[in-house]
Amino acid sequence: MAIFLTKDSKVIVQGMTGSEGMKHTRRMLASGTQIVGGVNPRKAGTTVDVDGTEVPVFGSVAEAIEKTGADVTVIFVPPKFTKDAVVEAIDAEIGLAVVITEGVPVHDTAAFWAYAGSKANKTRIIGPNCPGLISPGQSNAGIIPADITSSGKIGLVSKSGTLTYQLMYELRDIGFSSAVGIGGDPVIGTTHIDALKAFQEDPETELIVMIGEIGGDAEERAAAYIAEHVTKPVVGYVAGFTAPEGKTMGHAGAIVSGSSGTAQAKKEALEAAGVKVGKTPSETARLAREIIAG
Amino acid sequence: MDLFEYQARDLFAKHGVPVLDGDVIETAADAAAIAERFGGRAVVKAQVKVGGRGKAGGVKLASDPADAVVKAEAILGMDIKGHTVHKVMLAQTADIKDEYYVSFLLDRTNRTFLAMASVEGGVEIEVVAEENPEALAKIPVDANEGCTPEKAAEIVAAAKFPAEVADQVADVLQKLWKVFIAEDALLVEVNPLIKSGDGKIIALDGKVSLDENAEFRQPEHEALEDKAAANPLEAAAKAKGLNYVKLDGQVGIIGNGAGLVMSTLDVVAYAGESHGGVKPANFLDIGGGASAEVMANGLEIILGDADVKSVFVNVFGGITACDAVANGIVQALALLESKGENVTKPLVVRLDGNNAELGRKILTDANHPLVQQVDTMDGAADRAAELANK
Repeated sequence: MAIFLTKDSKVIVQGMTGSEGMKHTRRMLASGTQIVGGVNPRKAGTTVDVDGTEVPVFGSVAEAIEKTGADVTVIFVPPKFTKDAVVEAIDAEIGLAVVITEGVPVHDTAAFWAYAGSKANKTRIIGPNCPGLISPGQSNAGIIPADITSSGKIGLVSKSGTLTYQLMYELRDIGFSSAVGIGGDPVIGTTHIDALKAFQEDPETELIVMIGEIGGDAEERAAAYIAEHVTKPVVGYVAGFTAPEGKTMGHAGAIVSGSSGTAQAKKEALEAAGVKVGKTPSETARLAREIIAG
Repeated sequence: MDLFEYQARDLFAKHGVPVLDGDVIETAADAAAIAERFGGRAVVKAQVKVGGRGKAGGVKLASDPADAVVKAEAILGMDIKGHTVHKVMLAQTADIKDEYYVSFLLDRTNRTFLAMASVEGGVEIEVVAEENPEALAKIPVDANEGCTPEKAAEIVAAAKFPAEVADQVADVLQKLWKVFIAEDALLVEVNPLIKSGDGKIIALDGKVSLDENAEFRQPEHEALEDKAAANPLEAAAKAKGLNYVKLDGQVGIIGNGAGLVMSTLDVVAYAGESHGGVKPANFLDIGGGASAEVMANGLEIILGDADVKSVFVNVFGGITACDAVANGIVQALALLESKGENVTKPLVVRLDGNNAELGRKILTDANHPLVQQVDTMDGAADRAAELANK
């Protein structure tokens, strides 16, 4: 098992014919993902040769679903078109929309998030500004490198792409059920809590690694959720202890405002919920390793 | 991006929110003509992006044009909580009968927009929220439905505005919502929103914060940036398209990915505890690509920082292979040296992930006298901190 994405997932790519979209479609295909099509109204009806695989291009998400049974879309379109692309995916009632695009105005994200809610959240949204998710050995929807590690018993959820890769690398001999990059924007679709819930229910996952960073209170709320609902061991890491107040640290959502959103507060909340929190990524990996070893 | 009060006032006026006449100046002598225009009396207000300026003496009432010059002179150059006053706004005086509070903001926790309103304005709203929470109404606003007349009436009722101003406040709320949406704001706040002697509702002071991700459709926002206040290194980095924040330490940091770079700062600060307390000098995320050109641009900024004593390049090869990053470092150093830059600060490089061994070999073979390699992030941070403490 895995969460949100399995070997049976049929994946389409919105923005496949752009340079980033094409590069990552190639990588997703190479890692065994079932890529069943791309979406581009101007190139509908054509096919694109991706390293020897003919991938059909459809005029809309709805058409792609109708013709291929697609249940996942990965969105690579530029920020100014992202809202429309996500709304189209929601209207087509696809099960999962993974929004990779960085730099989406928060008004647009708030609008498509509210829209998803008004459609009874039939579409799970991951991102924006995220690396996507991977269930190693099964499927890869996004830009996470597939060759870091293989299938195993750790579930990982993170706001940061490169810290996801770092932890996957440090624990590569143990392997991962799924790794989910939820993104570093102030408003995101799938949260730490959503992933924690899914990992708790996933029989393959024995331990959960949760990576957070400064800004907002998602980690504090995740800590409260863990205390209440998660019985599997959770190891945490929080980045940004040295970040100054009022400065955005790379991710649009990574900002300490006044005394709220600090790494220290997040660490304390997680520890109070029984989560072992590493001081560095390597220490976090070591804590996970110790728990797995028993 | 947080705006000055006068900029917030301009945006309010643009979208029909009632404000008093006002003008911003940088030279005290210019105060006279403006006060004259207002009929003699004026309020002189320091323009700083920090609260509590009134208590600090940054707001003064001028009784006539000559007095306006004197008051402007007293306030210009003043230090308010570490912010130097470079501009003052002169505003018409107001006959204040009542002070209220209204705002729209992004509610991260609930992933929606939020209206806040209170009839206890004129004081810091955090204080009201803390001491008298029932006096602060909080009403979610759906991003797609917006602040309709019904929603505005709901906010007004929840905050218990007096009947005689209810319609006016509801109207101001809808106009303020227009500012929030049209300008891609993260926060629009009016404090105080006043009732004047003749019963008019006026936005007397305001705060606006804008979403930098929306710059592509907000061409006018660039002019609102306070370029004078920006750190010169931050300004130079921004001009090169780099994601850089200047900090006050000695170890220059380059990494890929915002999370990894934040983590690198922390690890360097811990390592610094055993090396004379050295700290990270900056945040710099060169992103997934990490080409030679981007690496050179990043190194140029960091080596140009007089505070930097050593540099830590921390890269995890995910999408980018480490051999490409290693070539980038070698080429970047050659590029800087060919431009006549005197590169003398030691570089500690940690490469891990995709093609790490190949990348390390490239650096070993290049044998640059300033480049040292350490295989782990913690070890490399320790070495960089040690070198910065020499």
